[in-house]
Order: sequence, then structure tokens, then C-alpha cells
Amino acid sequence: MKYIDYYQVLGLARDATQADIKKAYRKLAHQYHPDVSKEAGAEDKFKQVAEAYATLKDPEKRAAYDALGTRPAGEDFVPPREWREHFHEAPQDFEDVDLADLLAAFAAAQGGGRRGRTGQPLHGQDFEMVLPVSLEQVYSGAETDISVAVPDYDAQGLLHRVPRTFRVRIPKGAAEGQRLRLPGKGGSGLHGGRPGDLYLVIQISPHKLYRLDKQDLYLDLPLSPWEAVLGGTVQVPTLGGPVEMTIPPGTVADRKLRLAKRGMPGANGTQGDLYAAVRIDVPRTPTEQERELFSQLAAVSGYDPRAQLNAGKQP
Amino acid sequence: MTIRTVEAVWLNTSDICSLEHIIEVSGLARDDILDLVETGILTPSNDDPGNYFFHTECVVVARTARRLRDDFELDAHGLALAMKLLDRIQGLESELASLRSRVHPFVRRG
Repeated sequence: MKYIDYYQVLGLARDATQADIKKAYRKLAHQYHPDVSKEAGAEDKFKQVAEAYATLKDPEKRAAYDALGTRPAGEDFVPPREWREHFHEAPQDFEDVDLADLLAAFAAAQGGGRRGRTGQPLHGQDFEMVLPVSLEQVYSGAETDISVAVPDYDAQGLLHRVPRTFRVRIPKGAAEGQRLRLPGKGGSGLHGGRPGDLYLVIQISPHKLYRLDKQDLYLDLPLSPWEAVLGGTVQVPTLGGPVEMTIPPGTVADRKLRLAKRGMPGANGTQGDLYAAVRIDVPRTPTEQERELFSQLAAVSGYDPRAQLNAGKQP
Repeated sequence: MTIRTVEAVWLNTSDICSLEHIIEVSGLARDDILDLVETGILTPSNDDPGNYFFHTECVVVARTARRLRDDFELDAHGLALAMKLLDRIQGLESELASLRSRVHPFVRRG
């Protein structure tokens, strides 16, 4: 079990008053709450802050925590003998126990916690985790594995973090930020309470080719100057495989050519479109012959792409 | 380690669930949910106040409301305001992401 310095997490001295604890919690919650903060690592930071607050705001849990003495943060330790005897556990049984869960169980055993001696049903804990997925997985509705340490009660009412791996099917067309609910796959309940749920937040990883806008996909399509002028047929990659696309003659840069129903699927059977955004690229190191042909073109062409730009210029 | 294949419920704007289900999974009371309906934070999928149904995506909204209420100790008015502002931020972020996806990569990178 790892020691966590809850006072340090909240930036407080060990003799902090209840008012100090509440004030410090509120300040840090405003900064790191995952629903309002976009800071990197905010969610983990808030979990620590919430855990520290839950322990220190409760006088019984705080007294139990203080009785553990001061240790360096992150130090591995085994609870004192009387705690081990209380839970009938051997020292190694505490390896997969979180400090906050131990304090909650201890406070409950003293009669102060929700779980008290009443034996009333207590629902298991819900969890929320980010599930990184690729565009290809969402496009085809692939399966993926997710590992989570689920809290599970032992016979003494102590929560152990048990590693579990679940295989889930990503629904075809799931959107960024949407949740998948895995009923009953959260923490176990107590005294007949239902188990908690596991929520997976879909996070679509950036793709090397496509940009996603709801159900539509955007792709940069480089064309040579002659393809843009003369038009033609080019091969375009899509998530469903390559397709032939017709380039109309006189295609200008930034023009978006639509491939209907080649975007992402939706929940209700709809299908987005794929837009190929034209970029005109040029040969950076032309061959002698290419240079010669471009020079001929420059000599005979009357086309002035800056005609409008220079329209008001004095001679 | 054993890998268990599990059925996931997709919380989206197509599937429907009952008010009772929202109560069960969000931890909010019926009156809290009805407050959120009244302030426009939650929109039922039908017009029957005695027997509301919601898109399953509302589970996420209700759970966020519960978290904000508990973690910031908000009253009903404070919660409604916070939820409206969050919704507005999400709308703006979604519009920004949409615009970014349409522009040239050099512009996106700033």
C-alpha cells in the first residue's frame, strides 16, 4: 500500500482547521475538476484532491489517518498491527488496497461511515475511463480490450483493487466524447447493493490522413498543376478502400470535392461524406524537360493569377 | 488474465431510456431530474410529463449534474447555471473543432 500525504495534496499544514480544509478543496476543485478543467492530468489530480478531502473532512477518518504518522509520500507501508488484526488480514493482503478504501472501511467499522453496522445495501462505485480508439475501429465497429483495477470487497468488508480486462465492441459510428456504459462492471456492491457501472469515454485518435467533423471526413488531396488545369481521374483513399475520383478541369486550390457517403457511419444508419480538399503541389526539383515545358508555357500563357490583386496599381 | 467479452450500452441520441433508469444510474432524485427538465438542461424525447423518456445520452448529462452538485456543493440554481455554461462551452468547442477540420493543416497548426 502506498502512503499518500493528504495534507500535502491539499497544500495544508497538519494542524489545518476544517474551514481551511474546505477552502483548500474548493480552490483545487475549481482548478482541476474534470468537468470544468482542460489542464493536462486534471482528472488524476482531482481524484487525489477529492480523496484527500473525503478523508480529512471526516473527523474519524482524519484521526485514523493521523494515527498512521507522517511518512514520505509514495512510500510503501503496511498498516499497524491492530489494523491488520481488525481486518484479519496478513501484511501482504494490503498490497492491492488503496489507503482511502482502508480508511473508509476503518471509519465504517467504528460506526461512523455510511456502511456502518446497519448492513444497509450500498451500491458499488461507478468508474469512468477514456477509451482511445482509431477512426478505422469506429468505422467498422471493431472490438477492443480495456483493463481496469476494479474495487472488490473481501469477507472483512475491505476493498481490494482487482485487475480485470474487458473486451467491448465499439459501436459503428460512435462519436468523440460519447460514452459506453458497461452495466455492473464497476466496483462491487455491499450488503446486496448493485454493482457499479464502468463508463468508457470514446476518444478518437487523430488520423494521419483524415480530419473528422461530426460524420464527415476531410482529406487533403494534392494535385499537380496539370491535373488541376486539365482535370482527370485520381485514386483517393477512403476508410472503405480506395475509390476513383473525377477531377473537373480548372480545379482551383482549396476546392472541396465531395465523395457522398464515404464518411463515418452514424447511430441511425446514416453515413457522412468525404471531402477531398484540393492542394496544388509542384515538382520541387523539375527535370530539364519539365523546366523547358514550363518555360514554354510561361512564354505563351496570358494568364495572370494576380490580375485582381494589381488592378488598382498605378503604372 | 481472463478477458471477458461484455455488452456495452451506447449512450447516444438515438436510443431511449426511462426516467427511472436515469434516476438509477445518475444517483439524482426524481425532483432533481424534473428540475433539470424545467431549466432545459435535460430534454425528454416525449411530451408526457407523467411518463418521460429520454435519449440515453441524457445519462451522461444527469451524471455530470450529479458530480457538479456533489463536488461543488451547488444548489439547484447554481447547478442549472453551471450546466448551461458547460453546454455552451461544449458547443463552442465542437464548432471550433469543426472549423479546424476544414482548414489547411498549416493554418490548424497556427
